[in-house]
Amino acid sequence: MQANRLVIVGASSAIAKEVGRIYASKKWEVYIVARSKDKMQIIEEDFKARGAVAVHSLPFDFSQKGDYQGLVDWATQDGSIDLLLIAHGVLGDQKASEASNEYAIKTFEVNFLSYMCLLNLFAGTMETQKKGTIAVISSVAGDRGRQSNYFYGTAKGALTIYCQGLRNRLFKNNVHVLTIKPGFVKSPMTADLKQGPLFVEPNKVAGDIVKAVESKKNEVYTPWFWWFIMTIIKLIPEGIFKRLKL
Amino acid sequence: MPPNTHYLSWGRAHRFEHLPKKLLWRSDLELTSLPGTMLAQGLGRSYGDCCLNASGTLLLTKDLDHMIAFDPEQGTLECEAGVSLDAVLRLIVPYGYFLPVSPGTKYVSVGGAIANDVHGKNHHIAGTFGKHVLSLKLLRSTGELLNCSNEENKELFAASIGGMGLTGLMVSAKFKLKKALPVINQEILKFNSLPELQEIEDASQSKFEYTVSWIDTLAKGKQFGRGLYFRGNHSEYAPKPPKHYLHSNPGLQVFFDAPNFVLSELTIRLFNTLLFHKQRSEKLSNTIPYNSFFYPLDAIKSWNRLYGNRGLYQYQFVVPCESLDFLEEILQFLQKKHQASFLTVLKKFGSISSPGMMSFPQKGWTLALDFPNRGTSTLQTLSDLDQKISSLKGRLYSAKDGHMPAFLYQNAYPRLDEFTKHLDPKFSSNFWRRVHASK
Repeated sequence: MQANRLVIVGASSAIAKEVGRIYASKKWEVYIVARSKDKMQIIEEDFKARGAVAVHSLPFDFSQKGDYQGLVDWATQDGSIDLLLIAHGVLGDQKASEASNEYAIKTFEVNFLSYMCLLNLFAGTMETQKKGTIAVISSVAGDRGRQSNYFYGTAKGALTIYCQGLRNRLFKNNVHVLTIKPGFVKSPMTADLKQGPLFVEPNKVAGDIVKAVESKKNEVYTPWFWWFIMTIIKLIPEGIFKRLKL
Repeated sequence: MPPNTHYLSWGRAHRFEHLPKKLLWRSDLELTSLPGTMLAQGLGRSYGDCCLNASGTLLLTKDLDHMIAFDPEQGTLECEAGVSLDAVLRLIVPYGYFLPVSPGTKYVSVGGAIANDVHGKNHHIAGTFGKHVLSLKLLRSTGELLNCSNEENKELFAASIGGMGLTGLMVSAKFKLKKALPVINQEILKFNSLPELQEIEDASQSKFEYTVSWIDTLAKGKQFGRGLYFRGNHSEYAPKPPKHYLHSNPGLQVFFDAPNFVLSELTIRLFNTLLFHKQRSEKLSNTIPYNSFFYPLDAIKSWNRLYGNRGLYQYQFVVPCESLDFLEEILQFLQKKHQASFLTVLKKFGSISSPGMMSFPQKGWTLALDFPNRGTSTLQTLSDLDQKISSLKGRLYSAKDGHMPAFLYQNAYPRLDEFTKHLDPKFSSNFWRRVHASK
């Protein structure tokens, strides 16, 4: 019997790594995709030690036009996918994006276009296998544009909308799409930000993700209180919102 | 990251500015270009200043938390130094394994456990944690990555176990696990005097793998020397308990620094009296999950904040004595000084020698006291205690220490000169600068 298969794109991200650890301990087979070979080697050993029946890795660079079809073929070889988690991304520098179109396009490519390219191809495969879950890491930043990080927010907002459409499309084929909206997470991505009390450990977020996958949630805010915060933020009328320093 | 005072030790009595540097992947560790001195800090559970390096770099190893290889056949685990013992337990317990030695909290890193050569309630049977380490990888500030074991770089291996992080950055380690169920058959015995304790101790050492006692330091008169004796063995048979029962997360958390009256002599007296009388019978036997037996304090996250903003001093010493006469004198002294210790733990170490040059445990009684930091009066008490320990030919535990004078350290650790040869010249700590002063 084939072991359950988890495919993680962006496996060196703190959240994805923690999700992978949970499935490794459930003795799944894990396919990992990340930029750095060295890091993947470390993750591979980690997942194996924690119980994964097998770990396969593929180096991939999302900032260039990668071989997306090759990635999908590799991840679906001799079997089907039970859970696909796409988690790569860069926070990007808001000021640098404001100052340079080139920079802004490059980060948008990583944070949205690469997701679109991947999901387009994976959607077709998952559609035919008629099972499985696609979990995508979006962000609370995609719920409303704010002056402090609207480039990142735009990409994540686009991703959230894309996933809504995809969920709608794949529902009839028994493929589930989960949009994950983490708040502040203590991770290498946010290492340079001033960390306040709302920051949580990536394993907390990972636990929420696994629960959401199991209960087939459509959208999950993690930790849960971000649902509350974002509901309020979305309710603020634009006339007032534009005057705020957020 | 910019310099900041965010990183403290568990005692929170020392506050220094550090240059924090997060280490994320063992594949791209780079120490050669760092300015000044450096020191690794794992989960910051040392009490005093051996995990602090004022104005220098703190290498934060918390994210070096990857497992490397787990061999369920041989019962060995290799992992990065930032992996917590909690994470180790979560991995190994389902396979029927347990830690060979457990300190009082599972929220320490493997690197910290080795660098402080921690001990547990089974010292008389198993020795220290370092005794079970097969090998470790050490990154020196020159960029050299050294494999250390009993075969390779033998001396550096012995210097690094209990070496307080001063021999370089521990990147990973491989250690032995023990086959045991995660459930303990425990007995709690009341004792009403020190001679009674001595009697129980003599009767327990050979029959129980785990032994430790708690003492009410404030009890006077007829109650002087009263306390509870905990002893236990791994259960041979365990009913399959639900998972959460085994791997518990903290149920409570202290969110703020408590005001000073929370731990005053009065409240400590009350707490100790309640603890003693909570158990009605002279002897209680039960079977409990490992968390309740080994890590009762882990149930309260950030319990150190109960001591308030001023923090606490831990004082743990070992004296090479068979009898408990020394304790009588120390308890009387503390009562006279009105220095109440909140949780006082007593344990008799066995004769298994420690593998590290600078390991703390040696045969005899060890006592751990904790004092709310009341400034000079507390420091004066500690210094008076130092004199007593020195005359008893005892020594203090660096992992707990935040005040020890150089003379006491230099007299009590005979392999100091040998150890000094293995220091990494760019590694240092506040503890080290203090105890090695004028040497």
